[in-house]
Amino acid sequence: MTKHHVTTTVNGDAVEFLCEAHETLLEVLRDGLGLTGTKEGCGTGDCGACSVTIDGRVVCSCLVLGVEAEGKAIQTIEGMAAGTRLHPLQRKFLEHAGLQCGICTPGILVAARSLLERNPDPTEEEVRYWLAGNLCRCTGYNKIIDAVLDAAREMRGADHA
Amino acid sequence: MPDTMTFTKKELRVVGTRPVRPDGVPKVTGLARFGADYSLPGMLWGRILRSPHAHARIRSIDTSKAQALRGVKAVMTSADLPEQKFEYVGPERVAVNFWHMTRSVMAREKVLFEGHPVAAVAATSKTIAEEALGLIEVDYEVLPHVIDVEDAMKPDAPLLFEDMITRGIEPAPDRPSNISKRIELKIGDVEAGFAAADEIVESSFKTAPVHQGYIEPQACLARFDTDGQAELWASSQGHFVIRALSARLLGMDIGNLRVYPAEIGGGFGGKNVPYVEPVALVLARKSGHPVKIVLSREEVFKGCGPAAGSIMTVKIGIKKDGRIVAAAGVFKFQAGAVPGSPVMNACMCAFSPYDIPNVRSVGYDVVSNRPKTAAYRAPGSPISAYAVESVIDMAAARISMDPLQFRLKNVAKPGTPTVWGPKHAHEGFAETIRALMQHPAYTTPLNKNQGRGVAAGYWFNNGGESSAAVHINEDGTVLVATGSSDLSGTRASLAMMAAETLGVEFDKVRPTVADTASIGYGHLSAGSRTTFATGIAVVEACKKVIGNLCARAAMIWDVNAEDVVWDGGCARYTGKKSGEFEPLSLKAIAVKKSVTGGPIVAEVSVNAGGVAPGFAAELCDVEVDPETGAVKVLRFVTAQDVGRAIHPSYVEGQLQGGAAQGIGWALNEEYIYDEAGRLTNAGFLDYRVPVASDLPRIETVLVEVPNPNHPFGVKGVGEANIVPSLAAVANAVSRAIGQRMTELPMSPPKILKAMNGGR
Ligand code: FES
Ligand code: FES
Repeated sequence: MTKHHVTTTVNGDAVEFLCEAHETLLEVLRDGLGLTGTKEGCGTGDCGACSVTIDGRVVCSCLVLGVEAEGKAIQTIEGMAAGTRLHPLQRKFLEHAGLQCGICTPGILVAARSLLERNPDPTEEEVRYWLAGNLCRCTGYNKIIDAVLDAAREMRGADHA
Repeated sequence: MPDTMTFTKKELRVVGTRPVRPDGVPKVTGLARFGADYSLPGMLWGRILRSPHAHARIRSIDTSKAQALRGVKAVMTSADLPEQKFEYVGPERVAVNFWHMTRSVMAREKVLFEGHPVAAVAATSKTIAEEALGLIEVDYEVLPHVIDVEDAMKPDAPLLFEDMITRGIEPAPDRPSNISKRIELKIGDVEAGFAAADEIVESSFKTAPVHQGYIEPQACLARFDTDGQAELWASSQGHFVIRALSARLLGMDIGNLRVYPAEIGGGFGGKNVPYVEPVALVLARKSGHPVKIVLSREEVFKGCGPAAGSIMTVKIGIKKDGRIVAAAGVFKFQAGAVPGSPVMNACMCAFSPYDIPNVRSVGYDVVSNRPKTAAYRAPGSPISAYAVESVIDMAAARISMDPLQFRLKNVAKPGTPTVWGPKHAHEGFAETIRALMQHPAYTTPLNKNQGRGVAAGYWFNNGGESSAAVHINEDGTVLVATGSSDLSGTRASLAMMAAETLGVEFDKVRPTVADTASIGYGHLSAGSRTTFATGIAVVEACKKVIGNLCARAAMIWDVNAEDVVWDGGCARYTGKKSGEFEPLSLKAIAVKKSVTGGPIVAEVSVNAGGVAPGFAAELCDVEVDPETGAVKVLRFVTAQDVGRAIHPSYVEGQLQGGAAQGIGWALNEEYIYDEAGRLTNAGFLDYRVPVASDLPRIETVLVEVPNPNHPFGVKGVGEANIVPSLAAVANAVSRAIGQRMTELPMSPPKILKAMNGGR
């Protein structure tokens, strides 16, 4: 099987990899690059557990081919904390118990960060609709919504990007 | 035995607070390792071939072409698993039959449902494994199939097992059927009770099978050494149980299998039994390589047990003043392809919230060509509660009584007999109903097309076998190891109880979930038992360690150990000897460990009794769109007697999660089959679980009536919350449209049809 050579950026670092034409970006991240923080819940674009951003836009990495990463900037959950400092969303998820099992958490954090970049002051309803593509089966979403709204509040106050 | 109530609420420093969970950071940074996140050098990918038919005889399986494919290292079928004895083992409520279990894991003479595993391969890549599956030739003789429970009970129904004689009927039937067992539980004289009633209300109900919907598909990694020793990394609700069942299915010694608990991405009862683990182990044994299996979502829906669907009839007789004098229920449950639905639980829990002198519950466990059901949050109870609480609602309406008042009037108390024999022994039911009555939501006015439903529900909770070890490190930090899988924050609750008992700061205690070779046996994290039973083991281990610390303090002071007590995290001298006896902190003693007897460790195993049941009462407001039949949940309040909330945020989270699952069950979720008996909605697009925009805020009321048999009063919180949810939503919808809804899910077409008088 011939493999394709892809040059891309993952969490700010230059990365090269080889992948088969049909391999998804999710498979490349998890199996090829060892970045297993991005999760697979369905493989069909219906659960959001595999959310990453490509050039700043949230996508389901299970619906993107590895070869499509060529020349793009990928951000995964592993790149969310600034070194040893957690992103406010990560901290607020911990403080508000916004996770139970935690399998949905990476995808939800990536999607929520993208929301707050676009809309620093979302209403509860806006958060609920923005996260409607991210399934969580444990929490009933309450504490996830609380965490996102509280993170937004803090980030506005601290003028955090 | 645990002491009774060691702490009063006002003495608590740690219990009842909301610290950040100790396992939290890796879960928000993506570094926590779940079932699919483990790899080993030389690892192969395992894939499972599944039946395309709902019911067929396997004439032959030819794996030679797959075997010959380059990169394929092993192919297995059921021939690689030893035959098991046909016998039901364990208590009737949760009995297992390994003859059935091995057939669930891999089909033998027949495939019994679409998606039934028939073979598996291990290859050097996913692509090759997938290609190899296509090369396996299975010769099927397709048989007539049956999906629905009532069809399966008909005398001329296609039989899944040609020799299955219904258990629980005297004399035994002389013809085989799909009814695996009949159970009957009763107290009093039901006929006389109905004869004495002023009003009788009766209705029949149907519920669809639903899936637990954990977001993490089943996944594991196995390796097998040539000396017969094996290791397994798996996400499950109990690695000791997975070890025991896998070893049994493979015919290997338990001592030769070590299971490491991966983080688990949701279970809800669905990860109590092995699906992929025995397959990966066999492939690893045959190939000599580590083998990883990760299921697809479609495989999860098709192959890994959903909750049972049901058909039920419930009848209650009441006096004009609202007293229930008789109740009867018939509960027919789909077990799936092999026996074992939770129908006995359903029969036991159905009328348990109430004090009814004459009760009869009859249950049928029925096999049909669907995946074998698995436990789902309070297995069985939400289903029978849906029927019972609907009829209760109708009865209250019949005599124009407030529906919560009606429930309160009939509520069970300590001393009320249960339908299975023992008397209720705990308070909390009435308190929970009262808490809901006092919630402002209960008196908020409603608008047009809106309805309010309430319901109550009972769940046993569970105790049982747990182990914990407490290690005092030489710098005064504490390690707490248990064998209980952490589904949703139990490391936090266990560490909090340890910190409270030892009198140290929460962040000095580090909890871990230890593998099967590193701690004594721990049963499943299921039945809402972990914080209760494993909590008792942790507290007992802490007390043992305290005894040890006090003895060391006595040695340091050269006093009698009886004169030393542990108080506020310190050893204190209480005797009459004069001299300097400054209290010695845990840390001060720990640093001297080497000169006072060496390592400071205690391990305790318990078989915890003293379980107190869970009880929940819920309120749901809905609005029904008269044009489309769509239901919007406007408000949801869930009150539950939790005994005592160790970490209130995670307890609230349990109530919220249970309610959300119940709402999905009531409104959207169902397994849909086509004519050929194939599941048509095996994905999250068509099997729709609630998303954030479907739900309102879920308001929680934590009722705390402590369990006197637990050092902190814990009752167990994971399950009771889902029990009333289905009925609360159904009662709300029925009141909104003025028509009784008797079938779940209440999808818009069904609601429109009900609104249009059945057309
Ligand atoms: S795994 Fe990509 S959306 Fe579910
Ligand atoms: S926390 Fe388990 S799925 Fe969201």
